Amino acid sequence: MTSIEHKPARRSLWAKHKIFETNSIVLVIGVLLVISVGGLVEIAPLFYLKNTIETVQGMRPYTPLELAGRGIYVREGCYNCHSQMIRPLRDEVERYGHYSLAAESMYDKPFQWGSKRTGPDLARVGGKYSDEWQRAHLAEPRAVVPQSIMPGYPFLAKTELALGDIANELKANRLGGVPYSDEMIAQAETDLKAQATPDHPGQSDLEKRYPKAQSRDFDGDPQRITEADALIAYLQALGTMVDFKLYDDKANIR
Amino acid sequence: MDQRQDAPQIDAVTGQSTTGHEWDGIQELNTPLPRWWLGIFYATIVWSVGYWIVYPAWPLLTDATKGVIGYASRADISADMAQLKAQRAVQAAGMADATPEQIKADPALFQIAMAQGKAAFGDNCAACHGVGGAGAKGYPNLNDDDWLWGGSLEAIGQTIRHGIRATGNDETRVSQMPAFGRDGMLKRDEINAVANHVRELAGLSTEPKANLALGRKLFADNCAACHGDAGKGNKDMGAPNLTDAISLYGMDMASLTETIANSRNGVMPAWGGRLDETTIKALTVYVHSLGGGQ
Repeated sequence: MTSIEHKPARRSLWAKHKIFETNSIVLVIGVLLVISVGGLVEIAPLFYLKNTIETVQGMRPYTPLELAGRGIYVREGCYNCHSQMIRPLRDEVERYGHYSLAAESMYDKPFQWGSKRTGPDLARVGGKYSDEWQRAHLAEPRAVVPQSIMPGYPFLAKTELALGDIANELKANRLGGVPYSDEMIAQAETDLKAQATPDHPGQSDLEKRYPKAQSRDFDGDPQRITEADALIAYLQALGTMVDFKLYDDKANIR
Repeated sequence: MDQRQDAPQIDAVTGQSTTGHEWDGIQELNTPLPRWWLGIFYATIVWSVGYWIVYPAWPLLTDATKGVIGYASRADISADMAQLKAQRAVQAAGMADATPEQIKADPALFQIAMAQGKAAFGDNCAACHGVGGAGAKGYPNLNDDDWLWGGSLEAIGQTIRHGIRATGNDETRVSQMPAFGRDGMLKRDEINAVANHVRELAGLSTEPKANLALGRKLFADNCAACHGDAGKGNKDMGAPNLTDAISLYGMDMASLTETIANSRNGVMPAWGGRLDETTIKALTVYVHSLGGGQ
C-alpha cells in the first residue's frame, strides 16, 4: 500500500458512472432500461401502426393439409437452406417475382423469412413446378437437377402422414392469431383428407372454407396420404394467395 | 474484496488512479477510455440524430416519420424496375409490339430475345428441361425436332403461356391418356401385346412369345384415335409419335407397360401471369431456336 496516495474526488456528472460500475444490481437495471427502449421503439409500434401489414386480397390461413406440410418443412429444417422472402432488390424481383409482402407471412407462425440461401428462395415456388417434379426432386434432387447439393428425402413419400393432432395444430395457430374458425377446427381432419384425395365429396366445403385451395393427389399415390402429399401441397400454395392484380404497389410504399 | 474509499488513490508506477478495488494485493487501475475511441462514440450519436432527420425513423401514433429525403426501399425497387423496363425498351425497341415471327426475322431483335430468353430459361425452365434444354425422362427434350404439342412459334408460345394440364388455367393444353391397366380396360397379357406392338411400330425388337396380332387389334381399338393408325401421333392432342426413336418415358418393355397400365399425363405449369409478355415472347423465340423449331 505504500504506492498509493490520495487525490480529491471529481464530483461532475460524468463521474457518476462509478455508481453503475461498482453496483451490479444498478448495472443490471440500467442495461434492462436501455434494451427496453430498443424494444419499445422498434418492436412495439409494429403492433399498432396500420401500415405494418399491407391490405391485400386473397390471403387465407393454410388448409390443414398445407399446415401439416409446413410442419414437415420446419421439421426437416428446410429453412436452413431456403428462405421465403424475396427482397425488394432488382435481381431478386427479376428472378423470383414480386417482392414478398408482410401480409404474405401474416399466418406463418413463425415466419420462414431467413437470410441464408444455400438453395433458392421458395416464397413464390407455388405453381412453378409440377407435382411430379416436386416428387422426383424431393426423393432425389439430382434426378432432375444434376448440379443440386440438396439432400434427398425419399422417406416422405413412404411415410404416412400422422393425422391425429391436426385439429390441435389449428387451435394452437389460432392462439397465435391465425383466424381459424370453430368450424375449420372441427372439420380439420375431413378437410385434410378431402384435399389429398381425388374426387373426395368434401372438396366443395374445403374450397368454401379455404378459397382457391388446390385439391388433388399430390404424391402420385391416391391410396395413401403421405408426408409428401402434405409437403407438396404446402409448396404448391407458397406465394400464390395474394392477388397481385388487385394489389396497389404505390399505396404501400414505405 | 471491495475497499470503497471516498478519495481515489493514485498508482505511483503509472500515475493512474485506481478504482479502489484490491484482490490479493493487486489493485485495479481506473484507466479512462482512449480519446479517439470516445471521439468516435460521440460522433455516432451525433450521426444518429442526423439519420433520424434524413431517413424514416421514429414511430408516431399512426405512422412513422418519413425523413426529409423521402427514402423508401419499395419506392426504390419500383424506380429500379421502371428503369430496367425503360432500358430494355430502348434495347429492344419494338419487341413489346412485335410478334415472335417478326422478332425472329429481325436480326437485332432476335439477338436481344435470345439473350433475354436464355436468362429466363435458366431461372424458370431449366429445373425440368435441363440447363441446355435436353430434358430428362418425363421432361421433353427441346433440342430435337419432335414436338408433343407442336413446335411452331405460335404453338410454343401457347404452351409456355398456358402450360400443359396446368391447374387453374382455363386455356391450358389438356388431354388424358387412360390408365388402361389401373382402370381395368386391358388385362395384363393384353397390355403386353400392345406394348410389343408399339415396339413393332417403332421398329424395335419384339418378344418371341408376343401376340402381335392381338396387339395390332387392341391398338387400333384403343390407341389409334389419338396416336393414329400408324402410331404417328397427333399434336392437337399432345399424343406422341410412337414410331420415331424419341420417347419421353422410355420404349423398353418395363416403361411401356407402366405407361399403358397407369398412363403418364405430365404437367407443365402455365407461365402467363408469372412472367411478363415480353419475357414469354423471348422464351418462345429462344426455345424455337434450340434445335427443332418448326
